[in-house]
Amino acid sequence: MLCDICGKEEATVHITEIVNGQMAELHLCEECARKKNVAMEQHFSLSDLLGGLADIGTVLDKTEMAGKRCSNCGMTYEDFRKMGRLGCSECYVTFRDSLASLLKRIHGSDHHLGRFPLDKDKKVKAKTRIQDLRARLAAAIQLEEYERAAKLRDQIRIMERKGPEKTKT
Amino acid sequence: MGLDDLIYQNTEWLKGTGPQSNIVISSRIRLARNVEKLPFSHWADEQKEKEILVLVQPAIQSSNYLKNMLFLKLSDLSRLDKQFLLERHLISREHAEGKNSKAVVISEKEIISIMINEEDHLRVQVLQSGFNFTEAWRLISKIDEEIQATLNFAFSSRWGYLTACPTNVGTGMRASVMLHLPALVMTKQISRVLQALDKLSVAARGLYGEGTEALGNFFQFSNQITLGHTEEDLIDNVERVVKQIVTHETEARRVLMNQNKKRVSDRIWRSYGTLKNAHIISSSETINLLSMVRLGVDMGIIKNIDRAKINKLFIFSQPAHLQKMENKILTPMQRDIKRADLLRKELGGKDV
Repeated sequence: MLCDICGKEEATVHITEIVNGQMAELHLCEECARKKNVAMEQHFSLSDLLGGLADIGTVLDKTEMAGKRCSNCGMTYEDFRKMGRLGCSECYVTFRDSLASLLKRIHGSDHHLGRFPLDKDKKVKAKTRIQDLRARLAAAIQLEEYERAAKLRDQIRIMERKGPEKTKT
Repeated sequence: MGLDDLIYQNTEWLKGTGPQSNIVISSRIRLARNVEKLPFSHWADEQKEKEILVLVQPAIQSSNYLKNMLFLKLSDLSRLDKQFLLERHLISREHAEGKNSKAVVISEKEIISIMINEEDHLRVQVLQSGFNFTEAWRLISKIDEEIQATLNFAFSSRWGYLTACPTNVGTGMRASVMLHLPALVMTKQISRVLQALDKLSVAARGLYGEGTEALGNFFQFSNQITLGHTEEDLIDNVERVVKQIVTHETEARRVLMNQNKKRVSDRIWRSYGTLKNAHIISSSETINLLSMVRLGVDMGIIKNIDRAKINKLFIFSQPAHLQKMENKILTPMQRDIKRADLLRKELGGKDV
């Protein structure tokens, strides 16, 4: 079978498309398929991108923190680069500067917005969280993501209501 | 309750019920947690690892949700038992290979399980049948609160919960679903679906997690990032993407039925026929054929089998499960024979 696009080469890539509920088959040669930007069954190469240890190593700068060692667990910056794993919670302080950009690169953010542990000072935490939520609300409105904005507004209201109650008890 | 009691117990996520259970097998949320200052488990020496276990175990057992849980130290288990837990999705591959003070805690019906000393001190997971993040999140946040009452978790107000791997920092949460997508695979649309995911912060994996292949048309989808959003938002995002994938799969099934019914039915019934009549069958052939039979059940082509049975066969036809049922080590050939025996028996084939 010849390629549907160029009509010259043997078709080796077969694609099924569903358009408006109709199934259409497309037979392409490798070259045309590549041009059409069709990935050929490489399912899992695209996941784990950021989780890959190698990636973390290459992202981290060699010279930046060379020779630094965590005083709590003994992990060196070299160890971290090699393994892509940190040694203990204190490593996050020791390698702080290099981690800030790494985390931003992995997560697109370097600021936690999720839950806080319960045993820390609840009131202060609730306050910083409300501030965070307000900042996100403003951003959502700017981006005209109104559905998200409405949700954030509700979250803020709930937290504001919770705040004073907790300090009373 | 001992490990052997797990074999035949009523595993919640295998029930085949719950929202969208024709496509969504199970929903899972896991949290990575560490005690402050102690070395993360992958970096801890034997002594430290033991200290972690001794500290963490009573904290887990003091939780109301975790009373009467089965506690297993991996060093006490045989290779077969570990493989069994892996097949049951109760421990990871890395954990199964570990020694020393690694442990796992498992609840009744296997809804809750906690790996101790995997790469993080604690990996808490809650599994639900079908598309049900709501219940999974409700339960896991309660458990998290209870454990926090007795342990000081490593936490920074800027970066959230601190984990061994920077990819888990922040919420430490991974919300994932296991989907069965045979129609998207058959209509060759799956690679495009997977490609699109990258931009949506959703990661795709195979049947047994990171780096495994998509056997039996099963795919796991989870949040790619863990920092910079609330847990609810991260869950929402996965939920939204999964809903779209489910819609595509449903549409692909409809198209297959409308335009290729004979061909699809033929493939489904042939798969059923092979499973019902084979006398020697490998594990991967079984999974792929069961996938077709399950599609047949979900599309109403096969009517006399229920989903729970198919789900059970997916798990019980795997090597460690077969050997646990026989209560002895079997060679690959013996397993292929036992597997065929099991399938014939369960699917109403001839006994001889």
